Amino acid sequence: MAMLEISNLHVSVDGHEILKGVNLIVDAGEVHAIMGPNGSGKSTLALALAGHGAYEVTEGSVTFLGHDDFLDMPPEERARLGLFLAFQYPVEIPGISNAYFLQSALNEMRKSHGMEELDAFEFQDLLAEKMELVKVDPSFADRNVNEGFSGGEKKRNEILQMAVMEPRLAILDETDSGLDIDALRIVAEGINRLRGKDRAFVLVTHYQRMLNYVKPDFVHVLYQGKFAKSGGPELALELEDKGYDWLKESVPA
Amino acid sequence: MESQEILDANYTGSRVEQSNAKAAELANQEYKYGWETMIESDTFPPGLNEDVIRALSAKKNEPEWLTEWRLKAYRHWLTMEEPHWCNAHYDPIDYQAISYYSAPKERPNLDSLDEVDPEILKTFEKLGIPLDEQKRLSGVAVDAVFDSVSVATTHQDILAKQGIVFSSFSEAVQKHPELIQKYLGSVVPANDNYFAALNSAVFTDGSFAFIPKGVRCPLDLSTYFRINQAQTGQFERTLLIAEEGASVNYLEGCTAPMRDENQLHAAVVEIIALDDASVSYSTVQNWYAGNDEGVGGIFNFVTKRGKCLGRNSRISWTQVETGSAITWKYPGCLLIGDNSVGEFYSVAVSNKYQQADTGTKMIHIGKNTKSTVISKTISAGHGQNSYRGLIKIMPKATNSRSYTQCDSLLIGDQCGAHTFPNIEVRNTSSTVEHEASTSKISEDQLFYCQQRGMSTDDAVSTIINGYCKEVFDHLPMEFAVEATNLLGLTLEGSVG
Repeated sequence: MAMLEISNLHVSVDGHEILKGVNLIVDAGEVHAIMGPNGSGKSTLALALAGHGAYEVTEGSVTFLGHDDFLDMPPEERARLGLFLAFQYPVEIPGISNAYFLQSALNEMRKSHGMEELDAFEFQDLLAEKMELVKVDPSFADRNVNEGFSGGEKKRNEILQMAVMEPRLAILDETDSGLDIDALRIVAEGINRLRGKDRAFVLVTHYQRMLNYVKPDFVHVLYQGKFAKSGGPELALELEDKGYDWLKESVPA
Repeated sequence: MESQEILDANYTGSRVEQSNAKAAELANQEYKYGWETMIESDTFPPGLNEDVIRALSAKKNEPEWLTEWRLKAYRHWLTMEEPHWCNAHYDPIDYQAISYYSAPKERPNLDSLDEVDPEILKTFEKLGIPLDEQKRLSGVAVDAVFDSVSVATTHQDILAKQGIVFSSFSEAVQKHPELIQKYLGSVVPANDNYFAALNSAVFTDGSFAFIPKGVRCPLDLSTYFRINQAQTGQFERTLLIAEEGASVNYLEGCTAPMRDENQLHAAVVEIIALDDASVSYSTVQNWYAGNDEGVGGIFNFVTKRGKCLGRNSRISWTQVETGSAITWKYPGCLLIGDNSVGEFYSVAVSNKYQQADTGTKMIHIGKNTKSTVISKTISAGHGQNSYRGLIKIMPKATNSRSYTQCDSLLIGDQCGAHTFPNIEVRNTSSTVEHEASTSKISEDQLFYCQQRGMSTDDAVSTIINGYCKEVFDHLPMEFAVEATNLLGLTLEGSVG
């Protein structure tokens, strides 16, 4: 059984239909890249899967890890099942340290799976290990969640959170945008370290350059709310070369 | 103290998990302190006149001068009008319908807990304030006030070794009349305001602490106020004196049963700090707030003031106001000694139909005096929250500085936040800063937390705790944990 199965997904925002019948199957261990021009619905897909209230599913179904009621679940239940969204614009939570935030979040997750909660010492060890793994500065632990972080630091903080939460499926919404080339490499290395046979990734990106570092198994092009084309890594190169204009001909209006 | 707790506290000083557990445990119980203790009480019939005051004073075996002091305050009170400038609405208070004295029968001998009514011991145990020897809070000495009287004060022996006096006010009147006579009313005069005058006439008990020269109080001192009897008012009087170089942390907590009628709590707190002395006064106020329709609850009309009399003295107020139907108070500092420091850190929550009008008064009189005001208000439901502050820098208070930060957080669209800052600067060498902000909990913040697996209530509580952190950091750890839990409970379900 596939880890994630999306069929004929239609999503509206403020009454405007953005996604118009998306189909996607993601298996454990796979990395899928979703590309497409601005406004094609890439972020909408990411946020709708995570359960953001402003994104209304009007048609279609999503099954995640065998749960066919996935779309009925509130965001926290989806998260506890193992869906992680690295935000395009991570929000700031003033006054709450990263360490505290992550400990709370992780323990919520553990509780929901009937696991023991980690105490402060155990969590500190875990966090130190994860910070090492994704190469973020230990000072991240005591800094408030994204408060005063540069754009690049915020993205790296998302990767750290992903490392701690150990999701089954990670959706990265334009994690590469706004990163300079060094930061991009570090983030990509972080993602690569977290790859594994039980974990899948969906990378939403504008640019092919991210895919030089994180090799996808599949590349999909979202255009006007539907997948216009799917293929292997070579599709990304083709897009880099030709842009998106040629898609106009391939999609029936 | 467990080392793990210290570490937890280092993270933020607050704990979401704990509030979750508490929240689950109290799912069907909105105000967990709302029960009543059934004991026999010695309660005056409602009504107020000079005879009642004399009777009260006689009951407490007070010296003549104190009876007269009360009567003078009463006579002055009669000439005053109840003020109504508070940004809150309430029906007129019938002062003749209140009983001005209520004490558990068989009033215990204060030297021994054996004589305390076991029901009262159970009451405090249920409130998390165990008074008996074996279970006492280790780092805190507690004075437990039940209706009008102090029923027990713990750890007095340890404190006495260092010359510290910590007792009920009544006991101090008997044992240290000279200190009481010297300082009572020296910070909040009996005619200061309507409710202070009423308190001066009818105050029943409260706490007294005296920290002698050069002594750092080894324990936190704490008073726990419990209103139990119906139709009574609670009028307690607290007096703290820190002599030269002394320092102390003082904590105050309060609860009351749930009742349909409003009950008046009009306390007066006076603090005196001499040269180089330092006093931190923390309050977690959780009086019954009234029901979902705004019926019942405590009117918390309190006058709290500190006098930084000595050079380099410091008085710090920290308050977390989550309860009461109406909170109306302005803990302030008179900065008289040169280089003295006044601080005010406040979190005030108003949910349901609660109304809070609170803030501070910092009066700079000495040179190089400094004040810091951090006020965080949270309004939810139909709650109304006002910050009202006065920063006054007198002509001789040269080179003084004052900083105010005043933040309001709104949850939902039925609540309100208001700010009334008053600033008066009468010299040219001083600096006054005032910053203010109003914000809402953003959908994006909530969603972000939820995406990390937190429920809506946990997300709200996490965001709120972050918002309040600058204030919670000034609370002793036990209080910070309690305050965190209280906020979670007070605001539970306020975001749909």
